[in-house]
Amino acid sequence: MNFKHKFVFLMPGLLVLLGILIFPIIFTVRLSFSGWDSFNPGLDFIGIENYIRLFTDDKRFWESFLRLGFLSITTVFLQYIIGFGLALLVWKEIKFKRFFRVLFLIPMMTTPVIMTVIWRTFFHESLGPVNDFFSLFGMAPPWLSHEVLALVTVMIVEVWQWTPFMFLLMLAGLLSLPKEPFLAAAIDGASSIRKFIYVTFPLMAPISIGAIIIRLIEASKIMDTIFVLTSGGPGTSTETSSFYIFIKGLREFQIGYSATLSFTYLIIMIISLTFIAKFLTKIFMKGDAE
Amino acid sequence: MKTLYTTLKYSAVTLWSMFVIAPFLWAISTSFKDFNSVTSGVSYIPWLQFEPSFEGWKVLTKPASEGGINIVEPYFNSIFVTLISSLISIILGTLAAYALSRFTFKAGFVKNSDITFFFISQRIMPPIVLSIPFFLMLGYLSLLDTLMGLVMVYIVLLMPIAVWIMVDFFNKVPREIDETALIDGCNPYQAFYKVVLPNSIPGLIVAGMFCIIFGWIDFFFAFILTFTEVQLLPVAIVALNSSITPWWSLSAAALVSVAPLIVVAFIVERYLSKGNLSGAIK
Repeated sequence: MNFKHKFVFLMPGLLVLLGILIFPIIFTVRLSFSGWDSFNPGLDFIGIENYIRLFTDDKRFWESFLRLGFLSITTVFLQYIIGFGLALLVWKEIKFKRFFRVLFLIPMMTTPVIMTVIWRTFFHESLGPVNDFFSLFGMAPPWLSHEVLALVTVMIVEVWQWTPFMFLLMLAGLLSLPKEPFLAAAIDGASSIRKFIYVTFPLMAPISIGAIIIRLIEASKIMDTIFVLTSGGPGTSTETSSFYIFIKGLREFQIGYSATLSFTYLIIMIISLTFIAKFLTKIFMKGDAE
Repeated sequence: MKTLYTTLKYSAVTLWSMFVIAPFLWAISTSFKDFNSVTSGVSYIPWLQFEPSFEGWKVLTKPASEGGINIVEPYFNSIFVTLISSLISIILGTLAAYALSRFTFKAGFVKNSDITFFFISQRIMPPIVLSIPFFLMLGYLSLLDTLMGLVMVYIVLLMPIAVWIMVDFFNKVPREIDETALIDGCNPYQAFYKVVLPNSIPGLIVAGMFCIIFGWIDFFFAFILTFTEVQLLPVAIVALNSSITPWWSLSAAALVSVAPLIVVAFIVERYLSKGNLSGAIK
Protein backbone atom coordinates (compact mmCIF):
# COMPACT_ATOMS: atom_id res chain seq x y z
CA MET A 1 0.00 0.00 0.00
CA ASN A 2 1.09 3.48 -0.81
CA PHE A 3 3.28 5.06 1.83
CA LYS A 4 1.31 8.29 2.05
CA HIS A 5 -2.16 6.92 2.74
CA LYS A 6 -1.45 5.24 6.02
CA PHE A 7 -0.38 8.52 7.56
CA VAL A 8 -3.54 10.23 6.39
CA PHE A 9 -5.45 7.69 8.46
CA LEU A 10 -3.25 7.68 11.53
CA MET A 11 -2.06 11.25 11.85
CA PRO A 12 -5.24 13.21 12.62
CA GLY A 13 -5.91 11.21 15.76
CA LEU A 14 -2.30 10.94 16.84
CA LEU A 15 -1.60 14.63 16.28
CA VAL A 16 -4.72 15.79 18.10
CA LEU A 17 -3.90 13.58 21.07
CA LEU A 18 -0.26 14.61 21.11
CA GLY A 19 -1.20 18.24 20.56
CA ILE A 20 -3.44 18.26 23.61
CA LEU A 21 -1.19 16.12 25.79
CA ILE A 22 2.31 17.25 24.97
CA PHE A 23 2.16 20.35 27.11
CA PRO A 24 0.59 18.69 30.18
CA ILE A 25 3.10 15.83 30.15
CA ILE A 26 6.24 17.89 29.65
CA PHE A 27 4.95 20.48 32.07
CA THR A 28 4.29 17.86 34.77
CA VAL A 29 7.82 16.51 34.46
CA ARG A 30 9.27 20.03 34.60
CA LEU A 31 6.99 20.97 37.48
CA SER A 32 8.15 17.96 39.47
CA PHE A 33 11.59 19.59 39.72
CA SER A 34 10.23 22.87 41.04
CA GLY A 35 9.17 24.05 44.44
CA TRP A 36 5.96 25.74 43.30
CA ASP A 37 3.66 26.23 46.25
CA SER A 38 1.40 28.94 47.60
CA PHE A 39 4.26 30.86 49.27
CA ASN A 40 6.53 30.60 46.32
CA PRO A 41 4.57 30.42 43.07
CA GLY A 42 6.67 30.10 39.95
CA LEU A 43 8.77 27.64 38.03
CA ASP A 44 12.05 27.62 39.91
CA PHE A 45 14.43 24.72 39.77
CA ILE A 46 15.18 22.81 42.95
CA GLY A 47 16.65 19.66 41.45
CA ILE A 48 15.51 16.36 42.84
CA GLU A 49 14.57 17.72 46.25
CA ASN A 50 10.93 16.75 45.76
CA TYR A 51 11.89 13.22 44.86
CA ILE A 52 14.09 12.92 47.93
CA ARG A 53 11.19 14.10 50.06
CA LEU A 54 8.88 11.58 48.41
CA PHE A 55 11.18 8.62 48.91
CA THR A 56 12.44 9.42 52.39
CA ASP A 57 9.83 11.48 54.13
CA ASP A 58 6.34 10.75 52.85
CA LYS A 59 4.83 7.73 54.48
CA ARG A 60 1.35 9.01 53.70
CA PHE A 61 1.84 8.67 49.95
CA TRP A 62 3.08 5.11 50.15
CA GLU A 63 0.29 4.19 52.55
CA SER A 64 -2.27 5.64 50.17
CA PHE A 65 -0.63 3.73 47.36
CA LEU A 66 -0.82 0.42 49.22
CA ARG A 67 -4.42 1.16 50.14
CA LEU A 68 -5.19 1.82 46.49
CA GLY A 69 -3.54 -1.47 45.57
CA PHE A 70 -5.58 -3.33 48.15
CA LEU A 71 -8.79 -1.53 47.20
CA SER A 72 -8.49 -1.99 43.45
CA ILE A 73 -7.31 -5.59 43.54
CA THR A 74 -10.03 -6.66 45.98
CA THR A 75 -12.86 -4.82 44.24
CA VAL A 76 -11.80 -5.95 40.77
CA PHE A 77 -11.52 -9.52 42.01
CA LEU A 78 -15.02 -9.34 43.51
CA GLN A 79 -16.37 -7.70 40.37
CA TYR A 80 -14.83 -10.44 38.25
CA ILE A 81 -16.26 -13.27 40.34
CA ILE A 82 -19.72 -11.72 40.64
CA GLY A 83 -19.80 -10.42 37.06
CA PHE A 84 -18.72 -13.78 35.64
CA GLY A 85 -21.19 -15.60 37.89
CA LEU A 86 -24.08 -13.37 36.85
CA ALA A 87 -23.13 -13.70 33.20
CA LEU A 88 -23.18 -17.49 33.54
CA LEU A 89 -26.58 -17.32 35.24
CA VAL A 90 -28.29 -15.29 32.54
CA TRP A 91 -26.33 -16.84 29.69
CA LYS A 92 -28.66 -19.77 29.10
CA GLU A 93 -32.32 -20.48 29.76
CA ILE A 94 -33.70 -18.46 32.64
CA LYS A 95 -37.03 -16.73 33.00
CA PHE A 96 -37.07 -12.97 32.36
CA LYS A 97 -33.60 -13.30 30.81
CA ARG A 98 -33.68 -9.98 29.01
CA PHE A 99 -35.06 -8.14 32.01
CA PHE A 100 -32.23 -9.36 34.23
CA ARG A 101 -29.64 -8.57 31.58
CA VAL A 102 -30.80 -4.97 31.31
CA LEU A 103 -31.09 -4.62 35.07
CA PHE A 104 -27.57 -5.94 35.67
CA LEU A 105 -26.18 -3.42 33.19
CA ILE A 106 -27.82 -0.37 34.68
CA PRO A 107 -25.42 0.62 37.51
CA MET A 108 -22.61 1.06 34.99
CA MET A 109 -24.67 3.63 33.11
CA THR A 110 -25.11 5.84 36.15
CA THR A 111 -22.71 8.60 37.05
CA PRO A 112 -20.53 7.45 39.97
CA VAL A 113 -20.50 10.78 41.83
CA ILE A 114 -24.21 11.19 41.56
CA MET A 115 -24.93 7.68 42.75
CA THR A 116 -22.40 8.16 45.51
CA VAL A 117 -24.37 11.13 46.75
CA ILE A 118 -27.34 8.77 47.00
CA TRP A 119 -25.21 6.10 48.66
CA ARG A 120 -24.16 8.64 51.24
CA THR A 121 -27.75 9.10 52.29
CA PHE A 122 -28.25 5.33 52.03
CA PHE A 123 -25.47 4.66 54.54
CA HIS A 124 -26.36 7.61 56.74
CA GLU A 125 -25.83 6.63 60.36
CA SER A 126 -29.21 7.58 61.75
CA LEU A 127 -31.40 8.44 58.74
CA GLY A 128 -30.37 5.80 56.22
CA PRO A 129 -32.11 2.51 55.42
CA VAL A 130 -29.00 0.39 56.03
CA ASN A 131 -28.88 1.29 59.66
CA ASP A 132 -32.63 1.08 59.85
CA PHE A 133 -32.14 -2.57 58.99
CA PHE A 134 -29.31 -3.03 61.46
CA SER A 135 -31.28 -1.35 64.20
CA LEU A 136 -33.55 -4.42 64.16
CA PHE A 137 -30.60 -6.17 65.78
CA GLY A 138 -29.87 -3.23 68.01
CA MET A 139 -26.80 -2.24 66.05
CA ALA A 140 -25.82 1.06 64.44
CA PRO A 141 -22.58 0.57 62.53
CA PRO A 142 -20.91 3.94 61.85
CA TRP A 143 -20.44 3.23 58.11
CA LEU A 144 -18.71 6.39 57.10
CA SER A 145 -16.89 7.39 60.25
CA HIS A 146 -15.15 4.16 61.19
CA GLU A 147 -11.77 3.45 59.61
CA VAL A 148 -12.46 -0.09 58.43
CA LEU A 149 -16.17 0.30 57.75
CA ALA A 150 -15.57 3.40 55.60
CA LEU A 151 -13.26 1.33 53.42
CA VAL A 152 -15.87 -1.42 53.26
CA THR A 153 -18.51 1.12 52.23
CA VAL A 154 -16.29 2.43 49.45
CA MET A 155 -15.79 -1.15 48.27
CA ILE A 156 -19.52 -1.90 48.30
CA VAL A 157 -20.21 1.17 46.20
CA GLU A 158 -17.40 0.30 43.78
CA VAL A 159 -18.66 -3.26 43.38
CA TRP A 160 -22.18 -2.01 42.78
CA GLN A 161 -21.02 0.50 40.21
CA TRP A 162 -18.60 -1.59 38.17
CA THR A 163 -19.66 -5.23 38.37
CA PRO A 164 -21.89 -4.52 35.33
CA PHE A 165 -18.81 -3.71 33.28
CA MET A 166 -17.35 -7.15 34.00
CA PHE A 167 -20.78 -8.66 33.48
CA LEU A 168 -21.08 -7.03 30.05
CA LEU A 169 -17.65 -8.13 28.86
CA MET A 170 -18.07 -11.69 30.20
CA LEU A 171 -21.58 -12.10 28.81
CA ALA A 172 -20.52 -10.80 25.40
CA GLY A 173 -17.64 -13.28 25.59
CA LEU A 174 -19.87 -16.19 26.57
CA LEU A 175 -22.31 -15.40 23.76
CA SER A 176 -19.55 -15.45 21.19
CA LEU A 177 -18.09 -18.82 22.24
CA PRO A 178 -18.06 -21.53 19.57
CA LYS A 179 -20.63 -24.32 20.03
CA GLU A 180 -18.47 -27.32 19.10
CA PRO A 181 -16.47 -27.76 22.34
CA PHE A 182 -19.73 -27.83 24.32
CA LEU A 183 -21.23 -30.43 22.04
CA ALA A 184 -18.12 -32.56 22.38
CA ALA A 185 -18.26 -32.25 26.16
CA ALA A 186 -21.97 -33.16 26.15
CA ILE A 187 -21.27 -36.25 24.09
CA ASP A 188 -18.58 -37.25 26.56
CA GLY A 189 -21.23 -36.88 29.26
CA ALA A 190 -19.31 -34.24 31.21
CA SER A 191 -21.08 -32.78 34.28
CA SER A 192 -21.78 -29.04 34.29
CA ILE A 193 -18.97 -28.42 36.76
CA ARG A 194 -16.46 -30.29 34.63
CA LYS A 195 -17.78 -28.52 31.55
CA PHE A 196 -17.09 -25.19 33.24
CA ILE A 197 -13.58 -26.14 34.37
CA TYR A 198 -12.42 -27.78 31.16
CA VAL A 199 -14.37 -25.94 28.46
CA THR A 200 -15.95 -22.63 29.44
CA PHE A 201 -13.23 -21.26 31.68
CA PRO A 202 -10.26 -21.91 29.37
CA LEU A 203 -12.19 -20.48 26.43
CA MET A 204 -12.96 -17.37 28.47
CA ALA A 205 -9.37 -16.89 29.62
CA PRO A 206 -8.28 -14.27 27.07
CA ILE A 207 -11.44 -12.23 27.66
CA SER A 208 -10.97 -12.53 31.42
CA ILE A 209 -7.44 -11.16 31.22
CA GLY A 210 -8.53 -8.26 29.07
CA ALA A 211 -11.47 -7.43 31.30
CA ILE A 212 -9.43 -7.60 34.52
CA ILE A 213 -6.67 -5.39 33.15
CA ILE A 214 -9.12 -2.76 31.92
CA ARG A 215 -10.92 -2.77 35.24
CA LEU A 216 -7.66 -2.52 37.18
CA ILE A 217 -6.67 0.50 35.11
CA GLU A 218 -10.01 2.16 35.70
CA ALA A 219 -10.22 1.16 39.36
CA SER A 220 -6.81 2.58 40.12
CA LYS A 221 -8.15 6.02 39.24
CA ILE A 222 -10.85 5.86 41.90
CA MET A 223 -11.40 9.38 43.11
CA ASP A 224 -14.96 10.62 42.56
CA THR A 225 -16.47 8.06 44.90
CA ILE A 226 -14.03 8.76 47.69
CA PHE A 227 -14.29 12.50 47.19
CA VAL A 228 -18.03 12.45 47.82
CA LEU A 229 -18.40 9.50 50.14
CA THR A 230 -15.67 9.95 52.72
CA SER A 231 -13.30 12.71 51.51
CA GLY A 232 -10.50 10.32 52.33
CA GLY A 233 -11.55 10.09 55.93
CA PRO A 234 -11.93 9.33 58.72
CA GLY A 235 -8.36 10.52 59.08
CA THR A 236 -6.59 9.16 56.05
CA SER A 237 -8.20 5.74 56.22
CA THR A 238 -9.80 5.81 52.77
CA GLU A 239 -7.27 8.01 51.05
CA THR A 240 -6.00 6.68 47.72
CA SER A 241 -3.11 7.96 45.61
CA SER A 242 -5.29 10.13 43.38
CA PHE A 243 -6.99 11.68 46.36
CA TYR A 244 -3.69 12.34 48.12
CA ILE A 245 -2.28 13.99 44.99
CA PHE A 246 -5.47 16.05 44.82
CA ILE A 247 -5.04 17.21 48.42
CA LYS A 248 -1.40 18.13 47.95
CA GLY A 249 -1.95 19.83 44.62
CA LEU A 250 -5.28 21.56 44.79
CA ARG A 251 -5.99 21.87 48.50
CA GLU A 252 -2.53 22.66 49.86
CA PHE A 253 -1.27 24.12 46.55
CA GLN A 254 2.05 22.30 46.70
CA ILE A 255 1.87 22.13 42.93
CA GLY A 256 5.51 21.19 42.37
CA TYR A 257 5.41 18.37 44.87
CA SER A 258 2.10 17.05 43.58
CA ALA A 259 3.63 16.87 40.09
CA THR A 260 6.41 14.75 41.58
CA LEU A 261 3.81 12.47 43.10
CA SER A 262 1.88 12.28 39.83
CA PHE A 263 4.93 11.44 37.78
CA THR A 264 6.19 8.79 40.20
CA TYR A 265 2.70 7.33 40.43
CA LEU A 266 2.40 7.05 36.65
CA ILE A 267 5.74 5.27 36.33
CA ILE A 268 4.84 2.79 39.09
CA MET A 269 1.41 2.18 37.56
CA ILE A 270 2.75 1.47 34.08
CA ILE A 271 5.36 -0.92 35.45
CA SER A 272 3.01 -2.74 37.79
CA LEU A 273 0.23 -3.06 35.21
CA THR A 274 2.70 -4.60 32.77
CA PHE A 275 3.69 -7.11 35.45
CA ILE A 276 0.08 -7.85 36.40
CA ALA A 277 -0.76 -8.45 32.73
CA LYS A 278 2.13 -10.94 32.43
CA PHE A 279 1.16 -12.61 35.70
CA LEU A 280 -2.51 -12.99 34.72
CA THR A 281 -1.58 -14.38 31.33
CA LYS A 282 0.48 -16.96 33.14
CA ILE A 283 -2.30 -18.15 35.49
CA PHE A 284 -5.17 -18.06 33.04
CA MET A 285 -3.30 -19.58 30.15
CA LYS A 286 -1.78 -22.43 32.13
CA GLY A 287 -4.13 -24.93 30.49
CA ASP A 288 -3.11 -23.81 27.03
CA ALA A 289 0.60 -24.05 27.57
CA GLU A 290 0.55 -27.71 28.44
CA MET B 1 -30.52 -31.84 42.52
CA LYS B 2 -32.03 -30.08 39.52
CA THR B 3 -34.57 -28.19 41.60
CA LEU B 4 -31.93 -27.25 44.13
CA TYR B 5 -29.82 -25.78 41.36
CA THR B 6 -32.76 -23.85 39.94
CA THR B 7 -33.67 -22.49 43.36
CA LEU B 8 -30.10 -21.38 43.96
CA LYS B 9 -29.90 -19.78 40.54
CA TYR B 10 -33.05 -17.74 41.00
CA SER B 11 -32.18 -16.70 44.54
CA ALA B 12 -28.76 -15.49 43.41
CA VAL B 13 -30.23 -13.49 40.56
CA THR B 14 -32.98 -12.04 42.76
CA LEU B 15 -30.55 -11.14 45.51
CA TRP B 16 -28.29 -9.24 43.15
CA SER B 17 -31.29 -7.54 41.53
CA MET B 18 -32.36 -6.26 44.91
CA PHE B 19 -28.90 -4.89 45.56
CA VAL B 20 -28.94 -3.17 42.16
CA ILE B 21 -32.36 -1.64 42.64
CA ALA B 22 -32.06 -0.65 46.32
CA PRO B 23 -30.41 2.78 45.89
CA PHE B 24 -32.85 3.69 43.13
CA LEU B 25 -35.88 2.80 45.24
CA TRP B 26 -34.43 4.75 48.12
CA ALA B 27 -33.82 7.75 45.86
CA ILE B 28 -37.35 7.60 44.48
CA SER B 29 -38.81 7.46 47.98
CA THR B 30 -36.55 10.24 49.24
CA SER B 31 -37.38 12.52 46.32
CA PHE B 32 -40.96 12.78 47.63
CA LYS B 33 -39.95 13.74 51.14
CA ASP B 34 -39.46 17.10 52.76
CA PHE B 35 -37.36 18.27 55.67
CA ASN B 36 -39.66 16.80 58.31
CA SER B 37 -40.09 13.37 56.78
CA VAL B 38 -36.34 13.03 56.22
CA THR B 39 -35.32 13.98 59.72
CA SER B 40 -38.11 12.27 61.62
CA GLY B 41 -36.69 8.80 61.04
CA VAL B 42 -36.29 6.31 58.26
CA SER B 43 -39.40 5.81 56.16
CA TYR B 44 -39.99 4.28 52.78
CA ILE B 45 -43.55 4.36 51.54
CA PRO B 46 -45.26 7.66 50.76
CA TRP B 47 -48.80 8.21 52.11
CA LEU B 48 -48.42 5.22 54.41
CA GLN B 49 -45.32 6.31 56.29
CA PHE B 50 -44.97 9.96 55.38
CA GLU B 51 -46.91 12.70 53.64
CA PRO B 52 -45.44 13.04 50.11
CA SER B 53 -44.20 16.41 48.99
CA PHE B 54 -43.29 17.39 45.45
CA GLU B 55 -40.92 20.13 46.50
CA GLY B 56 -37.87 18.14 45.44
CA TRP B 57 -39.12 17.83 41.89
CA LYS B 58 -40.57 21.33 41.55
CA VAL B 59 -37.35 22.97 42.59
CA LEU B 60 -35.48 21.45 39.63
CA THR B 61 -37.10 23.63 37.00
CA LYS B 62 -37.19 26.89 38.93
CA PRO B 63 -34.45 29.45 38.26
CA ALA B 64 -31.94 30.00 41.04
CA SER B 65 -33.38 33.46 41.80
CA GLU B 66 -36.57 31.84 43.09
CA GLY B 67 -34.73 29.43 45.30
CA GLY B 68 -34.65 26.72 42.67
CA ILE B 69 -31.81 24.57 41.45
CA ASN B 70 -31.64 24.93 37.75
CA ILE B 71 -30.35 21.68 36.31
CA VAL B 72 -31.78 22.26 32.83
CA GLU B 73 -28.79 24.19 31.60
CA PRO B 74 -26.19 21.81 33.08
CA TYR B 75 -28.19 19.02 31.50
CA PHE B 76 -27.84 20.46 28.02
CA ASN B 77 -24.20 21.32 28.65
CA SER B 78 -23.51 17.72 29.60
CA ILE B 79 -25.30 16.37 26.56
CA PHE B 80 -23.47 18.78 24.27
CA VAL B 81 -20.00 18.08 25.66
CA THR B 82 -20.54 14.31 25.73
CA LEU B 83 -21.90 14.06 22.20
CA ILE B 84 -19.41 16.39 20.53
CA SER B 85 -16.37 14.89 22.20
CA SER B 86 -17.59 11.33 21.57
CA LEU B 87 -18.18 12.14 17.92
CA ILE B 88 -14.73 13.67 17.42
CA SER B 89 -13.07 10.85 19.35
CA ILE B 90 -14.81 8.19 17.32
CA ILE B 91 -14.01 9.77 13.96
CA LEU B 92 -10.34 10.32 14.79
CA GLY B 93 -10.05 7.09 16.75
CA THR B 94 -11.59 4.96 14.02
CA LEU B 95 -9.29 6.40 11.37
CA ALA B 96 -6.24 5.81 13.56
CA ALA B 97 -7.42 2.33 14.48
CA TYR B 98 -7.86 1.47 10.82
CA ALA B 99 -4.32 2.61 10.08
CA LEU B 100 -2.95 0.64 13.03
CA SER B 101 -4.84 -2.49 12.04
CA ARG B 102 -4.05 -2.46 8.30
CA PHE B 103 -0.68 -0.83 7.74
CA THR B 104 2.71 -1.35 9.32
CA PHE B 105 4.44 1.56 10.93
CA LYS B 106 8.05 1.51 11.85
CA ALA B 107 10.20 4.31 13.15
CA GLY B 108 13.25 3.12 15.02
CA PHE B 109 11.98 0.84 17.77
CA VAL B 110 8.42 2.18 17.56
CA LYS B 111 6.05 -0.33 16.00
CA ASN B 112 2.28 -0.58 15.56
CA SER B 113 1.72 -2.13 18.96
CA ASP B 114 3.67 0.69 20.62
CA ILE B 115 1.52 3.32 18.96
CA THR B 116 -1.62 1.44 20.00
CA PHE B 117 -0.24 1.23 23.53
CA PHE B 118 0.45 4.95 23.49
CA PHE B 119 -3.20 5.60 22.69
CA ILE B 120 -4.56 3.20 25.26
CA SER B 121 -2.08 4.18 27.97
CA GLN B 122 -3.77 7.58 28.21
CA ARG B 123 -6.43 5.80 30.22
CA ILE B 124 -3.90 4.89 32.90
CA MET B 125 -3.35 8.52 33.76
CA PRO B 126 -5.56 9.52 36.67
CA PRO B 127 -7.47 12.74 35.98
CA ILE B 128 -5.68 14.44 38.84
CA VAL B 129 -2.29 14.11 37.08
CA LEU B 130 -3.56 16.05 34.09
CA SER B 131 -5.84 18.46 35.86
CA ILE B 132 -3.25 21.00 37.02
CA PRO B 133 -1.42 21.29 33.69
CA PHE B 134 -4.76 21.37 31.89
CA PHE B 135 -5.93 24.11 34.21
CA LEU B 136 -2.90 26.24 33.34
CA MET B 137 -3.08 25.37 29.65
CA LEU B 138 -6.77 26.15 29.27
CA GLY B 139 -6.22 29.34 31.25
CA TYR B 140 -3.51 30.34 28.79
CA LEU B 141 -5.77 29.59 25.81
CA SER B 142 -8.65 31.35 27.63
CA LEU B 143 -10.72 28.19 27.39
CA LEU B 144 -11.23 27.74 31.12
CA ASP B 145 -14.87 27.55 32.08
CA THR B 146 -15.99 27.03 28.47
CA LEU B 147 -17.62 24.10 26.71
CA MET B 148 -14.86 24.03 24.08
CA GLY B 149 -12.21 23.58 26.74
CA LEU B 150 -14.06 20.62 28.19
CA VAL B 151 -14.59 19.05 24.78
CA MET B 152 -10.84 19.28 24.21
CA VAL B 153 -10.08 17.56 27.49
CA TYR B 154 -12.71 14.90 26.97
CA ILE B 155 -11.23 13.97 23.61
CA VAL B 156 -8.10 12.87 25.47
CA LEU B 157 -10.32 10.85 27.77
CA LEU B 158 -12.41 9.20 25.06
CA MET B 159 -10.19 8.71 22.04
CA PRO B 160 -8.19 5.90 23.70
CA ILE B 161 -11.43 3.96 24.21
CA ALA B 162 -12.41 4.38 20.57
CA VAL B 163 -8.95 3.30 19.40
CA TRP B 164 -8.87 0.30 21.74
CA ILE B 165 -12.25 -1.06 20.61
CA MET B 166 -11.82 -0.29 16.93
CA VAL B 167 -8.31 -1.78 16.59
CA ASP B 168 -9.65 -5.02 18.03
CA PHE B 169 -12.64 -4.84 15.76
CA PHE B 170 -10.77 -4.08 12.53
CA ASN B 171 -8.38 -6.92 13.29
CA LYS B 172 -11.36 -9.23 13.02
CA VAL B 173 -12.72 -7.73 9.79
CA PRO B 174 -11.09 -9.84 7.06
CA ARG B 175 -8.43 -8.03 5.07
CA GLU B 176 -9.79 -9.56 1.87
CA ILE B 177 -12.69 -7.10 2.00
CA ASP B 178 -10.50 -4.06 1.49
CA GLU B 179 -8.17 -5.88 -0.88
CA THR B 180 -11.08 -6.80 -3.14
CA ALA B 181 -12.27 -3.21 -3.07
CA LEU B 182 -8.81 -1.99 -4.04
CA ILE B 183 -8.61 -4.42 -6.94
CA ASP B 184 -12.02 -3.22 -8.07
CA GLY B 185 -10.49 0.20 -8.48
CA CYS B 186 -11.32 1.99 -5.24
CA ASN B 187 -8.67 4.22 -3.76
CA PRO B 188 -7.84 3.46 -0.11
CA TYR B 189 -10.23 6.13 1.17
CA GLN B 190 -13.12 4.80 -0.87
CA ALA B 191 -12.31 1.27 0.22
CA PHE B 192 -12.44 2.41 3.83
CA TYR B 193 -15.53 4.53 3.49
CA LYS B 194 -17.63 2.35 1.19
CA VAL B 195 -16.60 -1.15 2.18
CA VAL B 196 -14.91 -1.37 5.57
CA LEU B 197 -17.00 1.17 7.45
CA PRO B 198 -20.40 -0.35 6.60
CA ASN B 199 -19.06 -3.66 7.87
CA SER B 200 -17.99 -2.10 11.14
CA ILE B 201 -21.30 -0.82 12.45
CA PRO B 202 -21.36 -3.14 15.53
CA GLY B 203 -17.86 -2.01 16.49
CA LEU B 204 -18.79 1.61 16.01
CA ILE B 205 -21.86 1.16 18.19
CA VAL B 206 -19.84 -0.36 21.02
CA ALA B 207 -17.19 2.33 20.73
CA GLY B 208 -19.84 5.02 20.67
CA MET B 209 -21.60 3.53 23.65
CA PHE B 210 -18.44 3.39 25.75
CA CYS B 211 -17.45 6.93 24.73
CA ILE B 212 -20.85 8.25 25.70
CA ILE B 213 -20.80 6.41 29.04
CA PHE B 214 -17.32 7.53 30.01
CA GLY B 215 -17.95 11.07 28.80
CA TRP B 216 -21.24 11.37 30.61
CA ILE B 217 -20.00 10.03 33.92
CA ASP B 218 -16.85 12.12 34.20
CA PHE B 219 -16.89 14.42 37.17
CA PHE B 220 -13.39 15.43 38.03
CA PHE B 221 -12.35 17.42 34.95
CA ALA B 222 -15.64 19.27 34.88
CA PHE B 223 -15.18 19.96 38.59
CA ILE B 224 -11.70 21.44 38.20
CA LEU B 225 -11.99 23.18 34.84
CA THR B 226 -15.31 24.98 35.12
CA PHE B 227 -16.64 27.44 37.70
CA THR B 228 -19.73 29.50 37.07
CA GLU B 229 -20.28 30.12 33.37
CA VAL B 230 -20.50 26.50 32.38
CA GLN B 231 -21.63 23.74 34.68
CA LEU B 232 -21.98 20.09 33.86
CA LEU B 233 -24.63 17.92 35.41
CA PRO B 234 -22.52 15.90 37.88
CA VAL B 235 -20.91 19.07 39.21
CA ALA B 236 -24.26 20.79 39.57
CA ILE B 237 -25.63 17.87 41.55
CA VAL B 238 -22.62 17.34 43.78
CA ALA B 239 -22.74 21.04 44.56
CA LEU B 240 -26.02 20.30 46.35
CA ASN B 241 -24.18 17.92 48.63
CA SER B 242 -23.33 20.62 51.16
CA SER B 243 -23.57 20.56 54.93
CA ILE B 244 -27.33 21.05 54.91
CA THR B 245 -28.18 18.71 52.10
CA PRO B 246 -31.65 18.94 50.58
CA TRP B 247 -32.00 15.18 50.24
CA TRP B 248 -35.27 15.43 48.36
CA SER B 249 -34.13 17.66 45.49
CA LEU B 250 -30.80 15.84 45.45
CA SER B 251 -32.57 12.53 44.91
CA ALA B 252 -34.87 13.95 42.27
CA ALA B 253 -31.95 15.54 40.44
CA ALA B 254 -29.95 12.32 40.64
CA LEU B 255 -32.82 10.31 39.20
CA VAL B 256 -33.30 12.75 36.35
CA SER B 257 -29.61 12.71 35.58
CA VAL B 258 -29.17 8.94 35.41
CA ALA B 259 -32.27 8.46 33.26
CA PRO B 260 -30.87 9.09 29.76
CA LEU B 261 -28.11 6.52 29.96
CA ILE B 262 -30.44 3.82 31.20
CA VAL B 263 -31.76 3.88 27.65
CA VAL B 264 -28.24 2.86 26.64
CA ALA B 265 -28.58 -0.26 28.80
CA PHE B 266 -31.62 -1.29 26.76
CA ILE B 267 -29.80 -0.70 23.49
CA VAL B 268 -26.81 -2.73 24.66
CA GLU B 269 -29.02 -5.61 25.74
CA ARG B 270 -30.85 -5.59 22.40
CA TYR B 271 -27.62 -5.90 20.50
CA LEU B 272 -26.28 -8.50 22.92
CA SER B 273 -29.33 -10.70 22.45
CA LYS B 274 -29.18 -10.36 18.70
CA GLY B 275 -25.56 -11.46 18.87
CA ASN B 276 -24.27 -8.37 17.11
CA LEU B 277 -22.15 -7.11 19.96
CA SER B 278 -20.43 -10.30 20.86
CA GLY B 279 -18.01 -9.93 18.00
CA ALA B 280 -17.29 -6.34 18.83
CA ILE B 281 -16.30 -6.66 22.47
CA LYS B 282 -13.31 -8.84 22.90
